[in-house]
Amino acid sequence: MNFSRTLQESGLLLLQGLQVTVIVSIVSIIFGTIIGFFTSLLSISKSRILRFISGVYIWVIRGTPMIVQAFIVYFGVPQVMQLMDPGFRISADVAGVITLSLNAGAYISEIFRGGINAVDKGQIEAARSLGLSASRTMLKVVLPQAIKISIPSMVNQFIIAVKDTSILSVIGLADLVNKAKVYVGKSYQFFATYILVAVYYLVVISILMAISKRVEKKFQYEGKDNRP
Amino acid sequence: MKAKIIARNVRKSFAGTEVLMGIDLTVHEGEVVCIIGPSGSGKSTLLRCLNRLEDVTSGEIIIDDHSITQEKANLNKMRENIGMVFQSFNLFSHLTVRKNITLAPVDLKKLTREEAEIKAVHLLERVGLLDKIDAYPHELSGGQKQRVAIARSLAMSPDVMLFDEPTSALDPEMIGEVLQVMKQLASEGMTMVVVTHEMGFAKDVADRVIFMSDGQIVEEGTPQELFTHPREQRTQEFLRCVL
Repeated sequence: MNFSRTLQESGLLLLQGLQVTVIVSIVSIIFGTIIGFFTSLLSISKSRILRFISGVYIWVIRGTPMIVQAFIVYFGVPQVMQLMDPGFRISADVAGVITLSLNAGAYISEIFRGGINAVDKGQIEAARSLGLSASRTMLKVVLPQAIKISIPSMVNQFIIAVKDTSILSVIGLADLVNKAKVYVGKSYQFFATYILVAVYYLVVISILMAISKRVEKKFQYEGKDNRP
Repeated sequence: MKAKIIARNVRKSFAGTEVLMGIDLTVHEGEVVCIIGPSGSGKSTLLRCLNRLEDVTSGEIIIDDHSITQEKANLNKMRENIGMVFQSFNLFSHLTVRKNITLAPVDLKKLTREEAEIKAVHLLERVGLLDKIDAYPHELSGGQKQRVAIARSLAMSPDVMLFDEPTSALDPEMIGEVLQVMKQLASEGMTMVVVTHEMGFAKDVADRVIFMSDGQIVEEGTPQELFTHPREQRTQEFLRCVL
């Protein structure tokens, strides 16, 4: 149980893992936010079919463990695809990003939907009474306020996404946890190694929280509703 | 005088409850009509039907010779010419006063950004709030919010203004400043339909006062007729309570 030795020996290895964790997290958060945003628009649309599609997507993602989703994307999908194209391959990185993006997207869409519904109906009536169409009202009045309302829950979801990358180690993603397992396998330095891993996660998530604090501050002036 | 708004036998039901039971109403150009009556009498619903924030169940509403209750009516175009002021102000809380006022005229390409900015300055001068041009709604008092809301509506150069209990959410000391702006607007010849509990304002400013109760127009007339010689018993009872 020697911290300085563990740090010296595993430092580089764990940092490589950390890099993968950070990159997969960032890419997945970006895609997840885009997916979530458009899914939330589907879920409030007038078309029943569009609402149904988003409903099924959210239902499936929320109703199944991410580890199973990862297995389906990494092992299941290639098996089917290879029937058509025998050369079809998917890397653990790509499968990981797809899984995490789809997973985060479902939760983020629910957050956005909640934000949109939380905007005071009077805001919509005011915009419509000025002659703005429903879509312009959405774009100019509802969404800016909905996004602001959604930020705290979004940050929470981003934090979950960062930590969920660790689950992707089961499909061979060379993330922090995976690298740690490899190192522990030969050094048996369980305590020191996993404490170090925990510290790395804490640092990454602390940075994320610091950034989000600043973003929230930037939106501060907007806040507060204008009801009597 | 030309008829600006004509409502014919307008009925409106919410989940089986009839809130408007056949309303006939004509508002002429330049006329100021105040609608008074007890809560739940359907005054606000009637007003909201006039720009179709509420759909009517049956009947017809005609504005400037165009039926707005038809399926294919261009509501957005129609609403550009009908300003509305709400009890709860409904200023866009994420935008400054300036942006609140310029948003619609610029977005609907009625004015260029420069023209809209100039207009915003003029309108704010008129309602006495030029110093608040870069404030956010939450930094304003209720009376200031409502004056900005009026300026926002006027930025679209409407030829009718609908007021839905514009002073009901205000502290007493702020009611005067809002009524003052409305009075000025009336004196400039704006066509106005005002749902209000301010009997003093109705007496002073209205050309015609309409008393509504239980989804019907019970009585209408000039302020003198209605306030000093109400014919109907229900009007008399109501006025006894509020005057």
